[in-house]
Amino acid sequence: MAKTALQFRHNGRDVAIFVDGGVNLLVALRELIGDMTPKFGCGQGGCGACSVLVDGELHLSCLTLAETVAGRSVETLDGLKEGPNLHPLQRAFADNFAAQCGYCTPGMLMAAKALLDHNPQPSRAEVVEAISGNICRCTGYEPIINAVLAAAAAPRARA
Amino acid sequence: MPVTVKTFASTSEAAAALSSDRSARYLGGGTLVMRALNEGDIAIATIVRAADGALTRIDASSTRVVIGAGVTFARILAERDLTFLHAPARSIGGPAVRNMGTVGGNLFASVPYGDFTVALLALDAVVSVHGGLGVRDVAIDEFLQTRERHVGALVLSVSCQRPASAEAFRYRKVARIKPKGGSVITLAAHLPSGGGRISGARIALGSMGPVPVRAKAAERALEGRSLDGGSINAAAAAVTEGTSPADNALASAWYRREIAGVHLRRLLSGQE
Repeated sequence: MAKTALQFRHNGRDVAIFVDGGVNLLVALRELIGDMTPKFGCGQGGCGACSVLVDGELHLSCLTLAETVAGRSVETLDGLKEGPNLHPLQRAFADNFAAQCGYCTPGMLMAAKALLDHNPQPSRAEVVEAISGNICRCTGYEPIINAVLAAAAAPRARA
Repeated sequence: MPVTVKTFASTSEAAAALSSDRSARYLGGGTLVMRALNEGDIAIATIVRAADGALTRIDASSTRVVIGAGVTFARILAERDLTFLHAPARSIGGPAVRNMGTVGGNLFASVPYGDFTVALLALDAVVSVHGGLGVRDVAIDEFLQTRERHVGALVLSVSCQRPASAEAFRYRKVARIKPKGGSVITLAAHLPSGGGRISGARIALGSMGPVPVRAKAAERALEGRSLDGGSINAAAAAVTEGTSPADNALASAWYRREIAGVHLRRLLSGQE
């Protein structure tokens, strides 16, 4: 079966790949582009480990047909840091012990970024709601919630 | 296994492609079809998409509300004229699922999902479907009872009458995990009234059968009466009549039957 050419912006950089029909965005990012930051968790939309931003909106890359991001902007955790400098959200996650095994962390960070991009000063309830699609089996969520609130209080959190 | 992806400019072309190929599925937000592909569903060989703007249109300017099948739950939540649908939209998934999941797709979601459809059933919605013989409007009751037949058709939109007041439409989802989680039971009630008497009550239940169902005995218990302790108790006592819940990981059928009346009573009494 013929492959389809696909072009989109990946973390601010134009990329072009060839995808098989029906391939999801998570597979395209990990196996064709080499961005290993979005994780495969459930493949059902239940865990949020594969969360990315598509045109600034939080999406589950495992449930996104790769072809649907043609010409659009896809942001992953890989694009969050600036060279050696951690993004304020990453810094806050480290400072607040918000990552333990770390598997959920890329999805959590993208869900948190989607929140702060639209709502720079969220309440605690809004943070809980924002990460409600992301499962963490280590931290009990409290350190993650505290980290997002700390990042919101810090300058440059929405860069 | 690779599948063929066909994207069409118009809904009529997409509907023709769907009706001519049994292995074709329409891809809306992806939360159902991509999940099936991820799970290796070999029955799907073709994915059909339509870039027609009509599918994402909302007309909420009159008392009759029309929502394109491709409208996401995030869009519903952003629409001030659709506040009566905010509670059901908010009860679905986390933010990412609400950014992706669509009103049309929800019609096909199986238990323990499909909560928005429960709300639409209580609102006596009409589903506009483009099948092999053209476009026709189907009452949501009938649509749900014959849902498998509509897999090969393209849902264009759903429409319903706007409730007369916020009090007239009520919604409640019971889940193990808040705010996200599959439904243990979902309830929606539309209670139009005149002169203090309920007329045309609609009560819909999710996870109380293979598809959302109306609790017709409970509706009859409310009909022509005022909403008070007596009528609410009568409706709660009758709510499981005609239902056929199943066991799943979230709850047993027995448990669902036990709690249905409790939650209907809370819903009708306005309790949190």
